[in-house]
Amino acid sequence: MLTVLFDGISYGMLLFVLAVGLAVTLGLMNFVNLAHGSFAMAGGYITVILVNRIGFPFAVGVVLAFFAAAALGALFERTLYVRVYEKNPLDQVLFTIGLVFMSVAAVDYVMGSSQQFVQIPSALQGQFHVFGIGMGKYRLLIIVICGLITLGLQLALTRTRFGSRLRAAVDDQRVARGLGINVGATFGITFAIGSGLAGLGGALGAEILGLDPIFPLRYMIYFLIVVTVGGGSSIIGPFFASILLGIGDVAGKYYVPTLGAFVIYTIMIVVLIWRPLGLFARAASR
Amino acid sequence: MARSFVIAAAIAAFGLAAVADTSLAQGTVKIGFIIPMTGPQQSTGKQEVAAVKLYMAQHGDTVAGKKIELIIKDDGAVPDKTKRIAQELIVNDKVTFLAGFGITPTALAVAPLATQAKVPEIVTAAGTSFITERSPYIVRTSFAVPQSCVPMADWAVKNGIKRVVTMISDYAPGIDAEKSFTAEFVKNGGKVVDAIRFPLANPDFAPFLQRAADRKPDAVFIFVPSGQGSIFVRQFVQKGLDKAGIKIIGPGDVVDDDLLNGMGDQVIGTVTAHFYSADHDSAVNKAFVAAFEKANHGMRPNFMAVGGYDGMHLMYAALKKTGGNTDGTALVNAMKGMSWESPRGPISIDPQTRDIIHNVYIRRVEKKNGQLYNVEFATFPAVKDPGKAAEKKK
Repeated sequence: MLTVLFDGISYGMLLFVLAVGLAVTLGLMNFVNLAHGSFAMAGGYITVILVNRIGFPFAVGVVLAFFAAAALGALFERTLYVRVYEKNPLDQVLFTIGLVFMSVAAVDYVMGSSQQFVQIPSALQGQFHVFGIGMGKYRLLIIVICGLITLGLQLALTRTRFGSRLRAAVDDQRVARGLGINVGATFGITFAIGSGLAGLGGALGAEILGLDPIFPLRYMIYFLIVVTVGGGSSIIGPFFASILLGIGDVAGKYYVPTLGAFVIYTIMIVVLIWRPLGLFARAASR
Repeated sequence: MARSFVIAAAIAAFGLAAVADTSLAQGTVKIGFIIPMTGPQQSTGKQEVAAVKLYMAQHGDTVAGKKIELIIKDDGAVPDKTKRIAQELIVNDKVTFLAGFGITPTALAVAPLATQAKVPEIVTAAGTSFITERSPYIVRTSFAVPQSCVPMADWAVKNGIKRVVTMISDYAPGIDAEKSFTAEFVKNGGKVVDAIRFPLANPDFAPFLQRAADRKPDAVFIFVPSGQGSIFVRQFVQKGLDKAGIKIIGPGDVVDDDLLNGMGDQVIGTVTAHFYSADHDSAVNKAFVAAFEKANHGMRPNFMAVGGYDGMHLMYAALKKTGGNTDGTALVNAMKGMSWESPRGPISIDPQTRDIIHNVYIRRVEKKNGQLYNVEFATFPAVKDPGKAAEKKK
């Protein structure tokens, strides 16, 4: 029983780290970035190359995946995304979905189409048994890492100067500029961190979610569900949404396998009927 | 005046070109090969195309005085697209054969066209049992899923596996696998304690595995499309099911040769039933594997590659037998009952069902020269598709 809960939480945590960047760009910056999954995939593949081919330790590979995906995100943001911020959402969707297809084709060309696996150290394989609950070591690691990240993000957003600048820039760009806040740089850094986290999620998640060139397409829908259910105006919203969906998904599949796949969508529909703007949405300010 | 002359000239030129084209076409036989080269089933396409090209490189492009022209088309495993491409190939390119078909729905989408146009449809990948019944022009060189499942059930019962949880992807071949395995297994005194079906696009197997583990079976019978098997096996180990003494059995898609080495040592000991292993011990196969790896940067051929390779052989051999006659009905008749030695072992085409008859091997994953292989240790010779045999009896 509790094992199901445990698996659900770890799955949800993973979803959260993967989707939090999207929550920030979509919810805070009002930018529809469907290519978010591509950065996650980039992180995963970078880890595969570093760990499997070059022989870096797993931990180093994961950390580098974060920085590499963040750098990639910063590069794309400065050169491409910055041009479509002011466009209407349809243009943004077309632009980013184009990026998705390009990333799928590029990865396929370079790395091939088969499933890739990160070789995780044997110390992380297998299970602990605590009070009769079987806990996968790797899943426990995911919960710990993702929990720390969530805490760090929440503190950064509410307690630091950068966080307040970001919130100001999101609330009203013109006033923020007038106060001397460099809105472009703030958005750029935020975007890079979001992409980096996606990369980290991709690296950690390769073991559980699999990693192949269509990764960004396959998980796009999950990321979008997390953001819509959570309401895209805070970190807490998507966090609870991820956990809820993770547990719902795992429990649904465990108890009613035939209907399991629909549980996640049912949760989404119910939540959206109840709260159309998501669980933790603020009242629209504009 | 000048303009109408130009138009007339253009028409004349087109006419001539068309004449030239048909005269040329008499000397060529076109094979329309439709296979997913993009999307989730891409690995199938990659393997098949590599095998088909290898066959042509080895056997030349002239058969019975005809030049073979291979037209490879990507359908992304989308049935609507497959149907449109097949139509174009039949009407515009006037192909003699249609071949390929990565998944069952794409093979079925083309069946009515094959019947209507009397074009042989050679299925080299898709594995649902009833495919060959959908058109008298369908001939299969890949496999029927129940062919592997029924021997698996026989072997399991004889080797002390009594309680099984079946876990399958919820789509036609998966259901085929579940039904054929369960029927044979129960008949021989085994017990299926739970039957789990999960959606085809399924990100995380953990909850299903947990459910299976809680039933405490001797083994889980697993069928997933090739590609997903590796995630399944890894999560199986992560969840500690192997330590609980639960075995994995099933048709060989789970331990696809193409991906086997990437799965890691956890898969060692997995027992599956299938018709092809790159490790199959025969001179024909050794030559095939060596040539395939050499032509494809060391990529190991899997069962899909063999399906494509044998498909090409079947088309070549049929043309030889008809002496270059490209009539669809004559070609299909020529294929019926044909037998030859494939890299997978001796095979033949069942004259009644136009489906393949091949040996099914029970294999165990072992490490050989630092690489993982499915090592065959028992053989069920000349297995006909039991799915159809069962239906006939009813």
